[in-house]
Amino acid sequence: MLNYIIRRILYAIPILFGIILITFLLFNVVGGNPVYQMLGKHATQEQIKEFEHEYGFDKSLFIDFQALKNAEIIKTFDSQFVFFIKQVITFDFGRSYSSKQKITTMIADGIVPSLSLAVPSFIIGVIVALIIAFICAYYRNTLIDRFTVIASVLGMSISVLAYIIGGQYILAYKMGWLPISGYESGINAIPYLILPALIWIINSLGSDVRFFRTVILDEINQNYVRTAYAKGLSPQKTLFKHVLKNAMIPIITALVIVIPYLYTGSLLLENFFGIPGLGNMTINAIANSDFPVVKFMTFTGALIYVIFNTLSDILYSVVDPRVRLK
Amino acid sequence: MFSELSKRLKKDKIARISLAIIILYFAVALFTQAGLLLPDFDKVNYTESYQPPSASHICGTDYLGRDVFSRILHGTRVAISVGIVSSFIAIPIGVLLGCISGFFGGKIDEFVVWLYTTLDSVPGLLLIMALSLVLGRGLYAVYLALGLTTWVSLCRLIRSEFIKHREREYVLAAKALGAGSLRQIFIHILPNVFHIVIINFSLRFVYAIQSEVILSYLGLGAQDMPSWGIMINDAKVELARGVWWQLTGATGAMFLLILAFNIFGDFLRDTLDPKLRGVE
Repeated sequence: MLNYIIRRILYAIPILFGIILITFLLFNVVGGNPVYQMLGKHATQEQIKEFEHEYGFDKSLFIDFQALKNAEIIKTFDSQFVFFIKQVITFDFGRSYSSKQKITTMIADGIVPSLSLAVPSFIIGVIVALIIAFICAYYRNTLIDRFTVIASVLGMSISVLAYIIGGQYILAYKMGWLPISGYESGINAIPYLILPALIWIINSLGSDVRFFRTVILDEINQNYVRTAYAKGLSPQKTLFKHVLKNAMIPIITALVIVIPYLYTGSLLLENFFGIPGLGNMTINAIANSDFPVVKFMTFTGALIYVIFNTLSDILYSVVDPRVRLK
Repeated sequence: MFSELSKRLKKDKIARISLAIIILYFAVALFTQAGLLLPDFDKVNYTESYQPPSASHICGTDYLGRDVFSRILHGTRVAISVGIVSSFIAIPIGVLLGCISGFFGGKIDEFVVWLYTTLDSVPGLLLIMALSLVLGRGLYAVYLALGLTTWVSLCRLIRSEFIKHREREYVLAAKALGAGSLRQIFIHILPNVFHIVIINFSLRFVYAIQSEVILSYLGLGAQDMPSWGIMINDAKVELARGVWWQLTGATGAMFLLILAFNIFGDFLRDTLDPKLRGVE
């Protein structure tokens, strides 16, 4: 067991290195030095120097060959890449270009609003989709089932933008049932969260129902279900006692993969409804070409994914010993 | 494979209609690109701004008095081109890496798996947005961003099929007859797993079109040409003034195309996947 855990953690290290490399390539090599973009054409020499120093752009990318020639070992490796690794290890991501706030503080501030939208929406959405999928499976190949499948495909094909704009227009602007946008901290946030949560749920419902229904129907055709019928179990009992348990394995596997993505909330929903979460922050950063914020959001997102994946694999090995042997 | 496809297509009316819709959109994209269809899409007419739908403008006009219907048709060009160009980047990468890592295994396989696991760790939309941001705003950045990030799922599928197939008897027989690695990969195994590429091609279109609309909506995508994302972005402010036709038109056009791709993608999967056909 311990052996497996250690192996699994060691396996995450090259992936983490890969993520650091990709973010670095993306923002430092491809993106390059955005000094003129940020300060304008008429920046003074001092301003440029100060800017480049703060964000490490005065260093060479990987290795300082000039210093290597002079045999200055420390200076040789004083590069942008090392600067970035240092930032990552100390979790000090520097400051945003536009707001000059510390990025770590921005992330810490954004996480609560993001999660308070994402977590309830995700849980309620999954439960509703599961209930509908079970109803479909119970009434399979009847009109109810057909109608739901068609509705799911139709729902999947509507753009999330249409849901957002339409939902805000009808429920908030026309009917006035819910606030159009905004946010307050604490318990007062609830009225502001209802509409985006509702849109989240409706938007994810189509594909969720379809996926869950397929999984349940796959399970229904298994031999043990036939055996259960043969020994005289009622269809309801078979469905809820036997099929439900077995169908949950692929369903939970699929859901676990999605959970790390929850931290960004929904980028578009947060932006549209003015919820000051991480998604909103990222979209604003993209609009302002605020590279460091986007860079560290990308990195943090990937980091959380890797940590979560490692944890869930370890948990799986606790539940299912077969995993350990692979 | 294709005879089976056309046989099933004859029976399945809804799949036939979906295919017809997809072909229609492709034709519209082609003709608007060639300038043969509604070339006046950029014609500004200030006296006619925000006209509701009428006989002369079936989808009304926008704030500059431009005909919304022509702009929707020209938006098709952007959507379809994003699907096609990003596929031309992603499919070769995915197929090639999937083939060699699945066939050869060992160090190459470890490298490819490391590469796609790393790429896959970064949340998809975030990676695409970051890439198109650093590449500079514009349609080419969207092509590249989508192309360079969406090969992962295809590569993974092809790789696992190759691992299964490389030990099969027909491959061993070919090897015994003296076929080299390249011949085994491209002449013998690849045709047997090619249905994955076709299914993936139709499903990735949905993702590409949806992403393009979101990126354009955020100002990262198409710049000086009509795009559904830009139209939806314009429409979000106009809706409060009662201008609903631009939003409805652009979302409707997008909805129909994505619906057709969803249905046709399902049809392709049901027809071509040997597991679902009960062959394997």
